[in-house]
Amino acid sequence: MAASETTSVTTSAERAQARERAAEYLLSRHRFRWPEALPWLLAIAAYFLFPDRMTFGGQVLIMVLFALSLDLILGYAGIVTLGHAAFFGIGAYTVGLLIARLGWSEPLSSLVAAALVSALIGMISGWFLLRYRGLTLLMLTLATAIMLQETGNLRSDLSGGYDGLPGLVISPLFGVFDYDLYGHTNYLYVLGVLAAVLFFVRRIVYSPFGQALTGIRENVRRMHAIGSPVHRRLVTVYTISAAIAGIAGGLFTQTNAYVTLTVFDFDVSAKVMVMLILGGTGRLYGAFVGAVVYMVLEDHLSKMSPTFWQFGIGLLLVLAVLFARRGVLGLFEDAGQYFSRKRKQL
Amino acid sequence: MPHFAIIAVSILFDGLAYAMFLFITSVGLSVTMGLMGFVNLAHGAFAMAGGYIVVSLTRTLGIGFIPSLLIAAVTVGAVSVVFERGLYRRLYKATDLEQVLLTIGLAFMAIATATYFYGPIPKSVPLPLWLQGDIDLGFRTFPSYRAFLIVLGLFLICVLWYGFERTNIGAKIRAAVDNRRMAESVGINVDLLFTLTFAVGSGLAALGGGLAIQLFGLSPSFAVLYLVLFLIVVAVGGLGSLKGTLLAALVLGVFDTAGKYLLADAGGFFVFAITVLVLLVKPAGFYGRE
Amino acid sequence: MNIAKWLGLTALALTVGGTAHAETVKIGVVLPFSGANADLGYQIDKAFDLYVKLHAKDIAPHKVEIIKRDEGPPTGAQAKTVATELVTNDKVQILTGFAFSPSAIALAPVATQAKVPMVIANAGTAWITNLSPYIARLSHSMWHPAYPMGAYAFDKIGCKTAALAYTDFPPGKDSTDAFKAGFEKAGGKVTESIPLGSPVQVPDFTPFFQRIKDAKPDCMYVFIPSGAHATGVMKAYGELGLRKAGVKLIGPFDLIPDNKLQDMGDAAIGTIVMSQYSVNLDNADNKTFTAAWHKEYGPDSYPDFMSAAGWDTMHAIFDTIKKLNGKVDDGAKVIEAMKGWTANGPRGHVMIDAATRDIVMDEHAMEVIRRPDGKLGVNILSTTKAVKDECKVQKIGRCGS
Repeated sequence: MAASETTSVTTSAERAQARERAAEYLLSRHRFRWPEALPWLLAIAAYFLFPDRMTFGGQVLIMVLFALSLDLILGYAGIVTLGHAAFFGIGAYTVGLLIARLGWSEPLSSLVAAALVSALIGMISGWFLLRYRGLTLLMLTLATAIMLQETGNLRSDLSGGYDGLPGLVISPLFGVFDYDLYGHTNYLYVLGVLAAVLFFVRRIVYSPFGQALTGIRENVRRMHAIGSPVHRRLVTVYTISAAIAGIAGGLFTQTNAYVTLTVFDFDVSAKVMVMLILGGTGRLYGAFVGAVVYMVLEDHLSKMSPTFWQFGIGLLLVLAVLFARRGVLGLFEDAGQYFSRKRKQL
Repeated sequence: MPHFAIIAVSILFDGLAYAMFLFITSVGLSVTMGLMGFVNLAHGAFAMAGGYIVVSLTRTLGIGFIPSLLIAAVTVGAVSVVFERGLYRRLYKATDLEQVLLTIGLAFMAIATATYFYGPIPKSVPLPLWLQGDIDLGFRTFPSYRAFLIVLGLFLICVLWYGFERTNIGAKIRAAVDNRRMAESVGINVDLLFTLTFAVGSGLAALGGGLAIQLFGLSPSFAVLYLVLFLIVVAVGGLGSLKGTLLAALVLGVFDTAGKYLLADAGGFFVFAITVLVLLVKPAGFYGRE
Repeated sequence: MNIAKWLGLTALALTVGGTAHAETVKIGVVLPFSGANADLGYQIDKAFDLYVKLHAKDIAPHKVEIIKRDEGPPTGAQAKTVATELVTNDKVQILTGFAFSPSAIALAPVATQAKVPMVIANAGTAWITNLSPYIARLSHSMWHPAYPMGAYAFDKIGCKTAALAYTDFPPGKDSTDAFKAGFEKAGGKVTESIPLGSPVQVPDFTPFFQRIKDAKPDCMYVFIPSGAHATGVMKAYGELGLRKAGVKLIGPFDLIPDNKLQDMGDAAIGTIVMSQYSVNLDNADNKTFTAAWHKEYGPDSYPDFMSAAGWDTMHAIFDTIKKLNGKVDDGAKVIEAMKGWTANGPRGHVMIDAATRDIVMDEHAMEVIRRPDGKLGVNILSTTKAVKDECKVQKIGRCGS
């Protein structure tokens, strides 16, 4: 049988139609279900229940956003890097420098600028570096973040070095809402940005593009074999991830009214990775669970004894890898399956 | 500025001493990663443990520096077997990421334990007199301790090379690195090989940790601070290769020293720039396999 | 008349009753208790605890409630979060501690907004006190020891040329800038300025110091963060035989922290530093201080310049509480009360400059010697009295804003 008889001849119009149908199908399978409202309800509840802890709350939300950006490349595309702090730092310094050197302090437009600059650097570095994997990629991304930090120190006249850029005053949001001492405005602001970004990420992930990413993660050889433009897809998702990390960094500067070169630290990259893994990768909301659990635990245990906290988080990691490889959300899924099986048995 | 030749000699000497430290501490990591495919980020913690054992032995028990180094290396090597058999073994088939997380968790626990028992204040060790002075060769004096490092490093290189290239066990290890399944099917007890290699690698790391005290001081954060350096040596040298680790240690050690001497402003930049350049051209490192 | 007497007595009773009303002053302590810099935190915290323990009766019937929080790493973010919460949650009336400059810098706007006094016990960047009218500093600015050292090195040590070496972060640049200003003003010449790598890791100092040795200046002024770096510097200096080669080692007190000095060995002998404190400082308050320290923390534990600053910080706070009769809710009044505060402490006579809210204290030139009892110690060579932060006096750079 000739091969041409079994393949369907498609015109570009037909292909476009097929893509649309696939997109609709995917989205219909992932309509908003009620559990998805849970994290947002909790976040708003926190605003009313813990009004004195809104500064901390803002920091947690920023980490959620940062972990979300990492989930795109780590959880969905399967790329392991050690230098994600680079984009966080770029975003943070874009906002910082806009205020300190150019006097531009409007919050939302600064975030857009932070996203654009990070995306640009993400695209360029991704284009070069995503040809590598494993230990090589880990070292290359780590080296990139450190070199950015060193460059910042070399030009400490611009960056403020490790003493940073202090006293950054943010203009009121929409010209109306002022940033107060208690961080109330800031919390709602960050929450709003997080919601917008999540909506955007959700659409990407539940689209043919998102499916392609999963394919790349699970079996990259197959993807090459079916002619999928793997490298281009990876660079695209890396760029988007960098942009979101940049937004998180920009929010960090705005929340603290301050930025130093420590935003590029290896520690920052490692912490966000731990948070994401603890919550569960490739599940969109793993970032929420992981970041909240980590930061709240750190806050509580650190107060009791910082040494105890470090031991505790180490132990948690070891136990997680041994018994809960897919993070907290994975545990929930397992529990859910266990209970539904039990129910079927009855 | 003194004569160019003298500067070159200085840089080579200091760079060589630094490179020997890098080699001794990193070679274990390279071989275990190449042989077992296991990413052990707790390697720095083993080095730190060695360092603290030396501190306790020399300061509290009054044992000499050199004997302490030996005892620390053997002790850590023996203890590492417990970790390998009890914990690491279960994760040989796991993903890189899971291995990274497990070993980072162990490293954190090690740092916390060290802080609890030794406190956060950095420690130093009392050196025997013959390691304290310097050697005068007329045109330059050379610190004895660094000369000792170079001699020790060269000695260990010879021992390791002989062990790798000329003994039965070395041949078996090389075979297992090349093709594990084939080696198993030929009857080589790869499990035992893993344990042995891991023990020797960790013992060497402990030795490196003990030697590092005089160079950098020892505090609990040693476990992660210098880990990046070891990973770079391993990545640039190529996993599982003795030659590669040595070459990487030499290149990085000498260039880092040269950079600091000639262009102090650039500082740590050199090490990372070289890493990026090498990895872009040879992603598997100097002698790694693609 | 009777009524007048009655009213007068009532008024008197009310006043006395008012004075006798015991206040509990909440003090928030922000110091690094974890990570690589935890030893700095503990050096200051121990001094705080010791002062509170020994002087609690000074402010009776009032009491202090100390709430401690981890400053975290020197990024400023954690310090700002914990300190803001101390103010909004725990409702502290005074904030103190702050080992790192970024922490104080990050927190300055909060102090102004919340009107809470920040009494700095360590952070040393010169222009920090300009950032908020609610900041008072009891520790030091880099300029306190470095600027006088410049003139002293030229005039008294015989340094006609000097090489500068500094850890590559703002305090390092600050300190060498200050030394250079004082040194060049006195007539000296700086041959070169070498950054020594980042503050996070102790580097191998050998290549840097070898370069200095080859350049043969009369002296080398070195700034490094106190702690492991100091030991590393001394080792490299000794190993390379720099003293024999004729290059004298000078610097601020960070070079020979008291709790590391004993480990430094013979290499340290002959080092000259400018410092506001040493355990060997010969004044009554220091003798009491070090004796109490050894009694509380053991014979092998030593206070250092940070502990001395911590002690004076708590002293200033306690004196202010007494002066205001426990009524410390008005931050502006607290700062007002601190301006011009003067006392004798382990560092000698100290004062808070009313104009800058920064400390004014004596600086001593000290040389490391081996004492008759075999331990290493310092010999005070000379004392410059009532040194101010010259950066602010001369309005150099950011200090002028």
